[in-house]
Amino acid sequence: MSDALEVLDQVGKWKASGKGVAVATVITTWGSSPRPVGSQLGVDDSGEMVGSVSGGCIEGAVVQEALAAIKDGKPRLLDFGVTDEQAWDVGLACGGKVQVFVEKVS
Amino acid sequence: MKSETLAALQEARTKRQAVTLATRLGDGAEGLVYRDSVKGDLAGDAAIVSAARGAMEVGRSETVEIGGQKVFLNVYVPPPRLIIVGAVHIAQSLAPMATMLEFDVTVVDPRGAWATANRFPGVKVIKDWADEAFQEMGLDVSTAVVTLTHDPKLDDPALESALKSDVFYIGALGSRRTHAKRKERLAEVGITDEMFARIHGPVGLNIGAKSPAEIAVSILGQIIEVRARRLEALAAPKAAAA
Repeated sequence: MSDALEVLDQVGKWKASGKGVAVATVITTWGSSPRPVGSQLGVDDSGEMVGSVSGGCIEGAVVQEALAAIKDGKPRLLDFGVTDEQAWDVGLACGGKVQVFVEKVS
Repeated sequence: MKSETLAALQEARTKRQAVTLATRLGDGAEGLVYRDSVKGDLAGDAAIVSAARGAMEVGRSETVEIGGQKVFLNVYVPPPRLIIVGAVHIAQSLAPMATMLEFDVTVVDPRGAWATANRFPGVKVIKDWADEAFQEMGLDVSTAVVTLTHDPKLDDPALESALKSDVFYIGALGSRRTHAKRKERLAEVGITDEMFARIHGPVGLNIGAKSPAEIAVSILGQIIEVRARRLEALAAPKAAAA
């Protein structure tokens, strides 16, 4: 089973049970980012996670944005990298840069 | 992402069908692009559909700019499949390890005493001759075949079928001497030296593996390597052109 589809399976189950759900996807990487383009993180409205978009460095921040997307329904494009102060705070310590797209499952 | 899109992606996996999901990042509009059909909001955009098929060819997801808009192309290819011929002791280590590595695993053995669901929890087990089972399953370029029975009656027809397909990996358990004898037998059914050279035998990386679990690691190490080199080679011309 490919891990992206494992994420989508869980997302489908959450959705079917009536939960609000968002999917975050790594859409661009530069340098030594820990997870390849296409990696996904599913988030439900209680903040439960499945999958990953980094080695655990930025998931916290992505979950916050996912929860906001579940509330307002708007997609979001997030940039994380060492040049970005916020990203440094959330700790993409590997020195790579990633761009993550977050959207609600409607 | 729409719920229908999610359902379509899951359906494609079940059918072992490749699909690219194109998402326009500005507004979240979506298109599902298959090899020979298209659906969704972006289905009418020829440039996006063509880029999505291109990404599918090399099996690589990427963000592209089309008509001044950023579009993310997420390629979902069927997971690699591992078919293990011989429901033997080594298979009992190989099957769960391969599952952990996200292979879609099937064990094939015509012998009822071996091919039981109990011996392989959570793995597909087919009680049939390998060549018949292969015909049913359809061997493709994302499939690896490993024979473990040690019995020419069971291994040889499996190897013969695998060699006549475009599976990305073929491995056969057995010593160098066994492998040499195998070559002679397969020559009699029309397998040329060149074809035979596709078989990794003795199977696995030479890491001094002894126990069934160690042998499983050596086999999977080799499969991972062969697959990664192949994907690198596919992506290389594109990287050079970019």
